[in-house]
Amino acid sequence: MSKTTAPTDPTGEQELAEAGSQLSTAPDESAPQLPALGVVGWARWFWRQLTSMRVALLLLLLLALAAIPGSLIPQTGTDATKVAAFRSAHTTLGPVYERLGLFHVYSSVWFSAIYILLFVSLIGCIVPRTWQFVGQVRSRPPGAPRRLTRLPAYTTWRTEASPEQVREAALALLNKRRFRAHTAGDAVAAEKGYLREIGNLAFHVALIVLLVAFGWGQLFKSEGNKLVVEGDGFSNTLTQYDDFKSGSLFTSDDLVPFSFHLDKFTGTYEMTGPNRGTARTFQAALTYSEGAYGKDKKTIVKVNHPLEIGDAKVYLTAHGYAPVMTVRDGKGDVVYRDAVPLLPLDNNVTSTGVVKVMDGYRNARGVTEQLGIKAFFYPTFGGAGTEAGSRFPALLNPLLNLEPYHGDLGVDSGIPQSVYQLDKTHMKDFKDAKGLQVRGNLKPGETLTLPGGAGSVTYEGTRQWANFQVVQEPGGGWALAGALTAIFGLAASLFIQRRRVWVRAVPGDDGVTVVEMAGLGRSESAKVPEELGDLAGLLYERAPGAPEPDPDPAVSPDPDPHVVPAEGAEQQ
Amino acid sequence: MTLAAATNEHLANISNTLIYSAMAVYTLAFFAYILEWLFGSRSKVGRTAAALTADARGAKAPAVTVRRNGGTAVLERPEVVVRSAAGARDVPDGPGAHGGDEQGDLYGRIAVSLTVLAFAVELAGVIARAASVERAPWGNMYEFNITFSTVAVGVYLALLTLRKNVRWLGLFLTTTVLLDLGLAVTVLYTASDQLVPALHSYWLYIHVSTAIFCGAVFYVGAVATILYLFKDGYETKLAGGGTPGRFANSVLDRLPSAASLDKFSYRVNAAVFPLWTFTIIAGAIWAGDAWGRYWGWDPKETWSFITWVAYAGYLHARATAGWKGRKAAYLALIAFGCWLFNYYGVNIFVSGKHSYAGV
Ligand code: HEM
Repeated sequence: MSKTTAPTDPTGEQELAEAGSQLSTAPDESAPQLPALGVVGWARWFWRQLTSMRVALLLLLLLALAAIPGSLIPQTGTDATKVAAFRSAHTTLGPVYERLGLFHVYSSVWFSAIYILLFVSLIGCIVPRTWQFVGQVRSRPPGAPRRLTRLPAYTTWRTEASPEQVREAALALLNKRRFRAHTAGDAVAAEKGYLREIGNLAFHVALIVLLVAFGWGQLFKSEGNKLVVEGDGFSNTLTQYDDFKSGSLFTSDDLVPFSFHLDKFTGTYEMTGPNRGTARTFQAALTYSEGAYGKDKKTIVKVNHPLEIGDAKVYLTAHGYAPVMTVRDGKGDVVYRDAVPLLPLDNNVTSTGVVKVMDGYRNARGVTEQLGIKAFFYPTFGGAGTEAGSRFPALLNPLLNLEPYHGDLGVDSGIPQSVYQLDKTHMKDFKDAKGLQVRGNLKPGETLTLPGGAGSVTYEGTRQWANFQVVQEPGGGWALAGALTAIFGLAASLFIQRRRVWVRAVPGDDGVTVVEMAGLGRSESAKVPEELGDLAGLLYERAPGAPEPDPDPAVSPDPDPHVVPAEGAEQQ
Repeated sequence: MTLAAATNEHLANISNTLIYSAMAVYTLAFFAYILEWLFGSRSKVGRTAAALTADARGAKAPAVTVRRNGGTAVLERPEVVVRSAAGARDVPDGPGAHGGDEQGDLYGRIAVSLTVLAFAVELAGVIARAASVERAPWGNMYEFNITFSTVAVGVYLALLTLRKNVRWLGLFLTTTVLLDLGLAVTVLYTASDQLVPALHSYWLYIHVSTAIFCGAVFYVGAVATILYLFKDGYETKLAGGGTPGRFANSVLDRLPSAASLDKFSYRVNAAVFPLWTFTIIAGAIWAGDAWGRYWGWDPKETWSFITWVAYAGYLHARATAGWKGRKAAYLALIAFGCWLFNYYGVNIFVSGKHSYAGV
């Protein structure tokens, strides 16, 4: 027998490279070449660069880097008041940040540029890789390299079975183990783990789906807030909102039609222990109807449990108290009766706000005036002489503190005014007999009488209010589907190894068949030799070993001194 | 009600005692690991040097040998021969901290036993804490810290149980666990308290538990990466004919080879990356339910994203750009740095929606 080595490839490196070729669809990274002249040449060069792995990696890292400032500098999207505070505190830095888009990093030009480039690169990468993969699936695993001994995992033995029998058994075995196998010449070539590639491609495609869905959601998004007092309702039209934000492609026709009525708000709190006052439950009982004339349905909205109607979700975001007040004028006529929502100031829901009586009120002399009454509310008042502030968030000992003013509220001046603040420029306080300003601390049912027959204010009782945020963000389902696909694709890509196995069976000098098996994985892994061992063990049962011949010193040693293959291997 | 509160306080005290006891046992384990390293230094194996200098001299050590049974014997089963990729240094793994020294090995075993004990005590402490607050023990940073170190040690012990060669991690792990617990009981301690309603969700269990687990595994990966950098420097120096200092010689020689450390840290990081992806998605779903948007660039969200992108960059670098070895290792460390900043930095320096009771 002759031990020939191909003269053109003495080390077998090239052949080895072929054996491992196309074991992935990852492109080769070659050094950047200078572009050919001309626009087309440059365009092609630019495209190559953009879709190269080096640039993809660079863009990926750049994206991480670019996301950092937005987490450290206040953002208009999350907290506009903080941005305003930052601006007034940093008069030189503020405008610079503004110009750089640092107050809205995630919608800034440069941030968008990075991720758009990244995704163009991604698409430019996926398309050719997919074609390549389809080609790989349609062709067959490459035939066995001549010198299997050079592969990372190798085994050999001699058997009485004929080479054809061995190859047939090997083919059957590999097929049964779900390898794609075929016989090429004197060897069986097999490959497994294509799911790895599918997973990897699916992961990258899923990233695109995720981004498109997210972008779509941002463009068509809408988000509004509405404060509703117990017993009141809301219907989903633009005019009913207290404030409203929307994406650039949103139109008011996109609002899902529905309405609801707040039946009751319930808040319970820890009564004892170190966490006295910590909220245990917040929930709002609603009656709602879908569409313009839907049937009434009842539901409970809690934190973490929004009400979902079509694309819209209704969240419970805040709550507070709304004392019901009756204001009478000098003649005793009721000029105002309403629940006035007050804004909480602290965790114990000490609240503040203003009652504005715009019209209908006449003072003791019968002159038309406006009333503004500053209100402080303590759901649990600590008792006289204690430091201001409620002691507990629930209505245990409610007390309403009122500070009435009369005059002109200034609401007609055209300057928008907060309903929770009182502009006192044209208002005067009420003085009592001693010349002190009139103030009143009222319990439910009590009345503060205004001096000089100017009327009275009665605290009738307390209702609660809840703030609802109504959000519509289409594309959430797609984003979720993309995200889940990404996880599974990633898992397949990282946990499945794509590998090849070759089984060669040739007759040796003495007529005994020599079997050689070798395995190759995309990356070095302990699994490849392990699996090869298993396969060899199974094949060995079908083609049991024959006794070894006496060592024959006449046989020239293998040019590769590290491995001694069984006699007669490497033939042909 | 008061009775329940009293039981809770009692349980909280038990938990504190257990955590302190666990610290004491970890300290003992720490000293046992030190002794393992000390006794191990008696044996001067110099395997790495031997392997590398043999290489340098050009007399390539045989990569593989096939043992032949006697002349006419029939093989039980064919033997698989493994060879490493061309160009790789063929450095054998070090023997571990004990360096083959019997007494060293004994102390190593004692150290592992003590680690198991400390782990059990700490786990009991975490469970007592959970019972005292009647919820998952992940409401504030104190609780994160005690859970985090428990899980990190759990991961280490699980790897040991799977017969992975990781005992060398013990000393580094106990050192940092002690630091973590020290920080927890001194700076971060928060009396047990209830959660705000936003945290009342089963997503808390899903999202936070996976986040802590991923962090623990990333941490193990990061330790291996740092050791890889040292060992790789050491091997490079030896291969270049340099003579590393005595301390480096003694310590680094006993660690697994740079190639093994690199592979280990890659596997660890790659294995949890899908889970980290899931953690972020679970967080997004929860945010969708709790805050009305699934992604809002809140600082915590942003830093999870940055961490994710950094780890993705690391995996990408290894899979495609051919950034193996040191460059990839630096990326992995940066990624872990992002994770750490997200965990500590964001809670302490940045305010956002994720800030809850007592840091
Ligand atoms: C959008 C950001 C991207 C992320 C988060 C990402 C993430 C990943 C991850 C985690 C892997 C590792 C999976 C593995 O080891 O098998 C990977 C592999 C890969 N990615 Fe990306 N990638 C991104 C963009 C890109 C782009 C722009 C390209 C092309 C220019 C690309 C091409 C590849 C290739 C070729 C592989 C390796 C496939 C293989 O090993 O067979 N990726 N990617």
